[in-house]
Amino acid sequence: MLAEALFFSAVLFTIGVVGVLTRRNAIIVFMCVELMLNAVNLTFVAFAQVYGVAGQIFVFFVMTVAAAEAAVGLAIIIALFRHRQTVNLANINLLKG
Amino acid sequence: MTHNELPLFYVFHFYLFGLISLISAVAFVTRKSPVSAAMWLVCTMFCLAAMYVLLDAQFIGTMQVLVYAGAIMVVFLFVIMLLNLGHPSELADARGLWWKLLAGAVGLALLAQIFAVTKARLPEALTLPENTIANQVAKTGAIAPIAGPLFREYLLAFEVTSVLLLAAVVGAVVLGKRKERAHAR
Repeated sequence: MLAEALFFSAVLFTIGVVGVLTRRNAIIVFMCVELMLNAVNLTFVAFAQVYGVAGQIFVFFVMTVAAAEAAVGLAIIIALFRHRQTVNLANINLLKG
Repeated sequence: MTHNELPLFYVFHFYLFGLISLISAVAFVTRKSPVSAAMWLVCTMFCLAAMYVLLDAQFIGTMQVLVYAGAIMVVFLFVIMLLNLGHPSELADARGLWWKLLAGAVGLALLAQIFAVTKARLPEALTLPENTIANQVAKTGAIAPIAGPLFREYLLAFEVTSVLLLAAVVGAVVLGKRKERAHAR
């Protein structure tokens, strides 16, 4: 099942990348990043079947880091919304000069 | 597990959940409303959990449902509804045609690269005998094969993770704090 899992994982990761590039809503971009993390987790689990349980433990840590990242990232988005009243990345261009 | 000894219902369900996850991921990326996008992402995560179970990772599949589809996506939905992101100006957020073409080109290039990498020959010396993890799970249950190494070889990483979570909680509270209180001081 390794080849099939790698196939699904690659396509899911690519969908996530395309989503990050095409959307401007900060929350949806953030969810696309989560989708990419999930795609990589699928690769880890598929390889864990062949190379040992360490892959599954790595997925465990990836989930923990993703939870921490979601908490901090969403707090940043809320703080941003409080300042600019928008989460559209096209309107958040202070650094553009 | 080698391919030819897998029962048909196993292969069928793996492809079924894979296809559902791909379809709902495409729906997730193309939905305009953030709430329906989040719902499609939850669907993708449930399908991934099912695929984990089929790949002998029952505990990870449970964690996927509890942590990802449960906790993380609830936080996302909570923020979407807290910020009330539903008005028409926020909905049309897709970038222009050039961005879409660029994203398609980058996506195709990335896909080609990943497929080229997956064609590489895997190191035979590292591979376990077939069904090792499935046999372990059958012998000791689904959690013991993960819990053993997690609390022995990876104990330091596990403890560092707790510090990371504490830092994330403190950071989220500091970032989410209202600024008026800082001015009042």
